[in-house]
Amino acid sequence: MSGQVRRLASGGRINRDRGLRFTFDGRVLEGYAGDTLASALLANGVDVVGRSFKYARPRGIVGHGAEEPNAIVQLGSAAASVPNLRATQVELYDGLEARSTGAPVFQRAVGRLGRFLPAGFYYKTFMGSAPLWMASEPLLRHAAGFGRAPTGADPDTYDRMNRHCDVLVVGAGPAGLSAALEAARSGARVLLADEQAEFGGSLLAETRPLGVDGATNWVDKTIGELASRANVELLPRSTVSGFYDHNFLTIVERRTDHLGLVSPNATRERLHRVRADQVVLATGAIERPLVFANNDLPGVMLATSVGTYVNRYAVVPGETLLLFTTNDQAYRTALDWRRAGREVCAIVDVREAPGGELVAAAREAGIEVIAGHVVIEAIGRGRVARAVIAPLNASGDALDGPTRRLSCNLIACSGGWNPTLHLGSQTGVRPRWSEDAAAFLPGDLGVRALCTGAVTGTGSLRACLEEGALAGATAASRTGFGSGRTTFAAPVIDEPRGTPARPLYLVPHARPVSRAPKQFVDYQLDVTAADIELAAREGYKSVEHVKRYTALGFGTDQGKLGNVNGVAILARALGKTIAETGTTMFRPSYTPATFGTIAGRDVGEFFDPERHTPMHTWHESKGAAWENVGRWKRPWYYPRAGETMQQAVNRECLAARDGVAILDASTLGKIDIQGADAAEFLDRIYTIGFRRLGVGRCRYGLMLREDGTIFDDGVTARLAENRYLMHTTTGNAEAVFAWLELWHQTEWPDLDVHFTSVTDHWATAALVGPRSREVLAKVGADIDLSRDAFRFMDVREGEVAGFPARVFRISFSGELSFEVNVPAQHGRGLWDALIDAGSEFGITPYGTETMHVLRAEKGFIIVGQDTDGSMTPADMGMDWAVRRNKPFGFIGDRSLVLSDHQRADRPQLVGLASADGDTVLPEGGQLVDDPKPPPPVPMAGHVTSSYYSARLSRPIALGMVKGGSKRIGETVYCPLADGRILAGTIVDPVFYDPEGERQNV
Amino acid sequence: MLRIRCPYCQEARSEEEFSHAGEAHIPRPANPDASSDAQWGEYLHLRRNPRGPHREMWVHTAGCRRYFNVLRDTVNYEILATYAMGERPADEPEEGAL
Repeated sequence: MSGQVRRLASGGRINRDRGLRFTFDGRVLEGYAGDTLASALLANGVDVVGRSFKYARPRGIVGHGAEEPNAIVQLGSAAASVPNLRATQVELYDGLEARSTGAPVFQRAVGRLGRFLPAGFYYKTFMGSAPLWMASEPLLRHAAGFGRAPTGADPDTYDRMNRHCDVLVVGAGPAGLSAALEAARSGARVLLADEQAEFGGSLLAETRPLGVDGATNWVDKTIGELASRANVELLPRSTVSGFYDHNFLTIVERRTDHLGLVSPNATRERLHRVRADQVVLATGAIERPLVFANNDLPGVMLATSVGTYVNRYAVVPGETLLLFTTNDQAYRTALDWRRAGREVCAIVDVREAPGGELVAAAREAGIEVIAGHVVIEAIGRGRVARAVIAPLNASGDALDGPTRRLSCNLIACSGGWNPTLHLGSQTGVRPRWSEDAAAFLPGDLGVRALCTGAVTGTGSLRACLEEGALAGATAASRTGFGSGRTTFAAPVIDEPRGTPARPLYLVPHARPVSRAPKQFVDYQLDVTAADIELAAREGYKSVEHVKRYTALGFGTDQGKLGNVNGVAILARALGKTIAETGTTMFRPSYTPATFGTIAGRDVGEFFDPERHTPMHTWHESKGAAWENVGRWKRPWYYPRAGETMQQAVNRECLAARDGVAILDASTLGKIDIQGADAAEFLDRIYTIGFRRLGVGRCRYGLMLREDGTIFDDGVTARLAENRYLMHTTTGNAEAVFAWLELWHQTEWPDLDVHFTSVTDHWATAALVGPRSREVLAKVGADIDLSRDAFRFMDVREGEVAGFPARVFRISFSGELSFEVNVPAQHGRGLWDALIDAGSEFGITPYGTETMHVLRAEKGFIIVGQDTDGSMTPADMGMDWAVRRNKPFGFIGDRSLVLSDHQRADRPQLVGLASADGDTVLPEGGQLVDDPKPPPPVPMAGHVTSSYYSARLSRPIALGMVKGGSKRIGETVYCPLADGRILAGTIVDPVFYDPEGERQNV
Repeated sequence: MLRIRCPYCQEARSEEEFSHAGEAHIPRPANPDASSDAQWGEYLHLRRNPRGPHREMWVHTAGCRRYFNVLRDTVNYEILATYAMGERPADEPEEGAL
């Protein structure tokens, strides 16, 4: 494996016996099991991993974990392709194919004009000019984002798992491991999740011994104890992505991503939905980069990341190291580098007089420490070649002497630490600035969550272990396990004495910020210090506004590296403190999650389950076209060979008017209402009265909301003295049921009434047409079907075709009609019997389209189509269905006499006849009085229902027209999008059989 | 996602099982016809939107299907009490806080 020019000969947690082959942008490279894609790329000497988003500058790997802003890659191709992954978090496997997802061609072109693209460039350029924006939008949208969407349906499966635990520990670094251990020993149910494949966090790159063991031995022993306990569950490769209300957290577990791109026989990712009594956030901290000119050159990295690559992956990402630091801890990286046998050119320390033990150790090792200096600029082509350094003045805002150049090809930076407080922030708790820690720390998370370790600003390893144990014991005791005291014996660790850090958020340059080479704050979205200062100059004061204007922290990394430096630069530009300026909040997900994980199994037929009636397979066998009504699949029409939809509907309509037709009406909502006060309750719910309705009779009712608008309608039958059956519209069945419960439980609990939804219990076949009685007689019914014995609006119980049945003589078509209900399991049997018996009469199945035409010919409304939630019974010409003098009144009663509901110019239901007698008006079409008015155009109304009527041989329509009931005979106009203007005459909404004689034959 | 204790089921369950049903304790005028348009309009439409403790109705839609009252802090979403229809919470907070 000679290609791995930057791999050390020994060391690291990689398996040198398992070489892996992979490609990056088509180049074949090699790495080892245990590598991440990033460590393998660095081992192969790959410096440039992508182009920046806005300026198309070459970029290299900066970090080693979730914070990585530059090495965003796309794996695989076609359907299984995964975009937007951080190479630092991709475990290497054999055959991995990765591509960089840097700036597309468009940005590369404009990127050369980089200095002309200040903050707000796109906003200023395009939002001010609508035509320019319209022309450019497709190009910009195409160019936006990282990577490409997969080209086909995801071949993998995903699922979800609900979990409960006493203590969820987030993060398995030193603090998380000791917290989990202590909580587990108390007997509490513990869940420990960590985003990495291996538990241990920073301990995996730790070179100091813990007690008598190496750090990784301590990790192994701890994991061993945790794994042996029945009350502990370990979730590696699992990112806690969201922290929601009441300790509900989501964990994205990557179960097979380390094995290959597609895993057809296993769940690729699982979303754990966790309800935890206590949450311990041991999420650690991410090193803060330093902001200096050209700090985006490949070869500028975080100091910890350099140390991690050396110690954990045996990779040296360069030859000559320059360490640029504000603190003592980063000195370890220089010492690690030296231990790896590589050259350290110098340590440039911001502080005047660094004097800790690590500083002494570096000096002892012969490393030059240049105190009181800063790196003001990196120089190189495609990679760092030199660093420009200069002395810093006492206030840290200007240089204090001449510059000089040092040769190096790696600059490791440490500007201190940013606690990983994202999860706590997601709960809505604002982070607070700590001057002592020079960092934002998590706010007070209350009594059900606590933070421990580096996320609280703790720096020393020993303190992290001890604090973690205490947090674990505290969390466990809060859930009733243990005393809250720890039994944990922290191992002895060499903790060198240190000197305080000197925070520095923007390194001054010899030139002012606006004229210096770019000083990057947010690598991923190319936000510079000059952009932030410009935003402040242009008047942006809120950090949230500056974020949106400059795009600081808007990338897929959510500004894990850049936010705090950005806030500090803004604070200085505004003349405020960092605490006053504050920070932006973080939202889920902590790192990007796949859509697959979020969807889980709710895909395809499980996304929105369908409801089928008992006759569904019959409709299917007849080639019915379907209409979705709520979740129901209803036959729309039944086309015969060669028929258009209109031809089929015409045929079905004429069959219903002239012979006999049959409709599957099983989907209609049905609610069984019983109790001594059932009549009183219905009286209050409906506009019409039910108290005096005879047993065996039906009545049509309108249901109003309390504001007087129509909510639902339907026929209710009195089956017995204290028993009614309510019919609701198909789509409203659940809502009506809930409405009844609401009023009964919250206003009238004293009424003795009970409801049961029986929609699914019954199958309904509506026999419609002048010959329907003959079909019913032929199929066999033990009910007297004669006109006088079984009147319109009667309900009878008996046997039909040998099945127990309830038959309603109600009609939504205006024709003689029998709606036959049988228990659902007999639905198909009844249907087959009726079709069979009806064959000699030419029985014709019809669907919802014909149902609509038939009812519109009669001027019957459909709630939700002809009404829109703002219409009263009077608006619909249905005052006949309202009785205002009931003893108690009804819901919505009072609102009907509100002054606004009395206005004469309210939209009212009318019929519309198309003036040319030929053109069907478009449903939803707007109606105006003047065909060519000057704008603004006053609206007269709109078309709500519109069909071609085969019976009348002309189009018919219903619509709402202002004051329409008084405008019969007038003409309104319907302008179309294509410039045509249709004319319509306002007519009575009942087009057919206005006397209603046909239903009584 | 909230965790809500249903006072009837006597169990704390996930928000997914429940539906929010608006502000609680809004009395329906005993004689609607006696109220003016303005009074009726207030009953119909005007609702509190407090910062802090708020009484609201919820229904255990995917459970017992019963309505109950919840005293919930609109700032931090803590649920201070749940109690059955027709009841008042045991530890009534200061009226001024509501």
